[in-house]
Amino acid sequence: MIALQKVGVSFGTGATRIDAVRDVSFVVDAGESFGLVGESGSGKSTVLRAIAGLIAHARGDIALAGKPVGRRRSKADRKLVQMVFQDPYGSLHPEHTVDQILVDPIAIHRLGDAGRRVARALAEVGLGPEHRFRYPHQLSGGQRQRVAIARALILEPRILLLDEPTSALDVSVQAEILNLLTRLRREHGLTMLMVSHDLAVIAHLCERIAVMSHGAIVEQTTAERLATSTVDHPYTQELLRSNKGFRREEGEGLCPSTPAKADPLQSIT
Amino acid sequence: MSDTLLTVRDLRVVYPGEQEAFVALRGVGFTLGRERLGIVGESGSGKSTAGRAIMGLLPRSARIEASELRLGTTDLLRLDERGFRRLRGKRVAMVLQDPRYALNPMMTVGRQIAETHRTHLRSTAAAARKAALAMLEAVRLHDPARVYDLYPHEVSGGMGQRAMIAMMLIADPEILIADEPTSALDATVQLQVLAILDELVRRRGMGLILISHNLHLVSGFCDRVLVMYAGRVVETCVASRLAEARHPYTRGLLASLPELGHRRPELPQLQRDPAWLADTAFP
Amino acid sequence: MSGVPLARTGGRSWRDWLLATAPASRRQARLGNWYRSWLAFRRNGLAMTGLAIVLLLIVVAAAAPLIASPDAAILQSLSDRLRPASAAHWFGTDELGRDIFARIVFGSRITLAIVAMVAAIVVPIGLGIGLPSGYFGGIVDAVLMRITDIFLAFPRLILALAFSAALGPGIRNAVIAIAITSWPPYARLARAETMTRRKAEFIQAAELQGASPLRILWLQILPLCLSSVIVRLTLDMAGIILTAAGLGFLGLGAQPPTPEWGAMISTGRDYLLDQWWVATIPGIAIFIVSLGFNLLGDGLRDVFDPRSG
Repeated sequence: MIALQKVGVSFGTGATRIDAVRDVSFVVDAGESFGLVGESGSGKSTVLRAIAGLIAHARGDIALAGKPVGRRRSKADRKLVQMVFQDPYGSLHPEHTVDQILVDPIAIHRLGDAGRRVARALAEVGLGPEHRFRYPHQLSGGQRQRVAIARALILEPRILLLDEPTSALDVSVQAEILNLLTRLRREHGLTMLMVSHDLAVIAHLCERIAVMSHGAIVEQTTAERLATSTVDHPYTQELLRSNKGFRREEGEGLCPSTPAKADPLQSIT
Repeated sequence: MSDTLLTVRDLRVVYPGEQEAFVALRGVGFTLGRERLGIVGESGSGKSTAGRAIMGLLPRSARIEASELRLGTTDLLRLDERGFRRLRGKRVAMVLQDPRYALNPMMTVGRQIAETHRTHLRSTAAAARKAALAMLEAVRLHDPARVYDLYPHEVSGGMGQRAMIAMMLIADPEILIADEPTSALDATVQLQVLAILDELVRRRGMGLILISHNLHLVSGFCDRVLVMYAGRVVETCVASRLAEARHPYTRGLLASLPELGHRRPELPQLQRDPAWLADTAFP
Repeated sequence: MSGVPLARTGGRSWRDWLLATAPASRRQARLGNWYRSWLAFRRNGLAMTGLAIVLLLIVVAAAAPLIASPDAAILQSLSDRLRPASAAHWFGTDELGRDIFARIVFGSRITLAIVAMVAAIVVPIGLGIGLPSGYFGGIVDAVLMRITDIFLAFPRLILALAFSAALGPGIRNAVIAIAITSWPPYARLARAETMTRRKAEFIQAAELQGASPLRILWLQILPLCLSSVIVRLTLDMAGIILTAAGLGFLGLGAQPPTPEWGAMISTGRDYLLDQWWVATIPGIAIFIVSLGFNLLGDGLRDVFDPRSG
C-alpha cells in the first residue's frame, strides 16, 4: 500500500544544507499499521510529510496503492491519503465551525450529500450533533482531535497518516483516541502509518515499527520484539531503557561521579 | 515536624469570570519537607496553579484564600509583590517546561545566571561569574566557559533546561518547583536532566515539587505523590507504590496508559464519577 | 430545532439563542460569535464612544436633509455674512452668508463618501497583492513587494498632491489619489499575516485535501487577515480624513461650493482672528470624527487581538 524507495529530503543548500531524511526505504502492506519511532530531529515527521505530498522536493520514489506518485498530486491521489496532525489546536481553522471544516473537503471533491456525510463522520468519531456548529475554541483538546480525525476520514482515504496524534493530549483522552483509531482502522480496513516518540503508544497501535535516528532508519522491528526487549541496534536499546522512566539507581549511572568541587555553593559561599 | 519547609492548608484559588467564577483550586492541602514531592494530574486539575500560587505568580485577578500558606515562618498570604520578589529565586525557585521562553533572549545564558547570583547574594561581578561557571559545571554542561557566552537560542532544549536549573539553584533556595521540567525533551535527555535535578536537590537537602502529567516519571522520581483532580488532591501515596493507588481516578489513569510489555486490544477508558468532585475524605 | 428560535419572548431568548453552546446552524454559530465579540467590545467605554461618534456621522450623513435645509448650505446671503452663532444660525455663517451648521451636516456626507470609497479601493488592492505575495513567496513575492515598495517610497501627501494636480481637482480624483497612496501598508500587513499562517497545520490539511491555492487564500487565509485589516483601516480613517481635508484645504479636493470640511477651513482661515468660528467649527468636526475612528479602531483591536493591546 505504501512503498518508499530511497527517499531523501534536504533543506537549505551549501553550508547550511541539512539532510533531514537520508535514503529511507520501507514497505507497508494494505491494512497494516506501521510505526516510525525516533526522537526530535530524527526525520520521522518529515518522512510522513513526504508521503503526504507536503514536501515537493523529496527525492526517491514513493508509491501509494501500487502507483508511483509524482511531485504534483492529483485530486485522486489526495483522496487516497489523509493525515492527522499532532497539535489539535493548530490543525483546525480557528474561525471555521466544525461543520465548515468537514464540508470543505466534500466541496473540493464534489462528493455531494454534505449534510449526511458530515453527520455520519461526526457520529463515527463519537461526537454528537451538538458539536457540529461549534468553533474549535469551544471544544476540548480531545474533541478537536476527533474533529481532525473526522476531517481526515470524510474523504474515505485508504491510508491514514498519524503525526503524534496523542502527544498533546491528557492520558485519559489519549486512551480514548487510541481506541477510536483502533476501531476505525478495523471498520474501514485502513492502512496506518504512525509517527511517535512514545514507544508504548506506537507499540500499542502498530505491528511493525521502524526506528529512526538522524534521518535514517536504524532498525526495523516489531511490537512483540520491543515488548520483550529483543532488539538489535544499540540505539533502540537505549530508547527502550529511556522509555522505562527514571530509576534512581540508573540515574546515578547516568551521572558519572563528579569532581570534588562539584557543588559551587560549598566552594564559594 | 521541624523539617517542614512549606505548609499549604485548604488553598482555594478562584478566577472571577464574566458569567461565573472559575474555581481552579478547591481546598488543596499538603506539607513539604526535605523530599521530592510529585503532583500529578491532567490539564485543568490545578496542579500548575498550586505551584504558581506558592511563587506568587498568579494573575492579579485571581482570588487566593487559604487557612494556611506558609514557607518556613513566612506567611505567604500576607506577602505583597515586593515581598514575593525578594522570595523568588532566593528561597523558592521554579523551573518551567520550555527554557526558551523562560530565559531572556537578549542576554547570554551565563550572564543571566550570574545576575541571579548578584541580585540575591549581593556578590561582586567576578564572584558571580565564578559561581555561574561552577554552577554550569554542576549541571554537567561540557565546556561551561563556552556555554556561558551562548544566547538562549543557541542552546539545545536539554542544555537550556540544564542552564535553567543552574540559574534556579544558584541562590541556594530552600524549595524548587519544577513544572513539567522535562516534557519538552527527548526521553534520553529527559533522564539526564532528571538525574542532575535529583542529585543537586538531594545533596543540598532541598524540597522539590515536581509537577507533571506523567505518572511513570513521578512514581520513579519522587518520594511522595499527590494526585489532583478538578482542583483538589484526591489521593496522596508513596511514590513507589503508586501502582497500588486506591482512588478510582488514579487507578483509571494508570490503567489507560498503553504498556510495552502488556498489549491489550483496547485500553480501558477512564469513567469520570461526579462523586469525585464532592469526595474530600478519601485518604 | 431549526436555525431560528421558536419562541422569541423578549430579549432574553434572543440572548440565549445567540449564546447557545450548541448552535444548530452555521448562521447561529456565526451570529453567536459576533455577539460574544460585541459583549467584549461593549465593556470598553472609550471604544463605545468611538462607535457612537461614527454612528452619529453615518446618521447625520443619511438624514442630512431632515436635519438642515439643503439650500442653507449653498445659498449665499451676503447681508448675513460672517455672523456669529445665533438661534437662526447655530454655528454662525461664513464669508458668503451660508449657514455653517448646514454645511457641516452636508459635509459629513462628503467625508463619509471619501472614507467609504477609499476603503473600497484600498482593501481589495492591499489584500489582492498581499495574500498571494505571502502565500506563494519566491518570485511572486519579490515582484509584488517591489511594486509595493515603489509606492511606499513616496511621501503620502506629496504623491496625493501630484495625482490630484495631474488628474485635476475634485472629490473623485482626491479619492483616487488617497487610495493610490494608502494601499501599500495593507499589502504589507496582509503579506505578513499570510506568512505567519502559511505553515499552519490547518493550511497543510487543506492542501492535503486537494484545495487549490485560490481556495486556500479565499476560505482559509482571508478570514484571518480580515480582522487585522479592518482594525488597521479604522485606525487609518483619521489619516484619510485629514489627507482629504488637506487636499480640500489646498484647493485640490472638493471644489466650491461643495461643503467639504477641509475646503471650509481653507476659506475660513482668512477670518481666523475676527470670525474664528468659520474655520474652527469644521476643524472641530474633523477632530471629533478622526477621534471617533481612532477610538473605534483601538476597541476593535482589543476584541480581535487581545494580545497586542
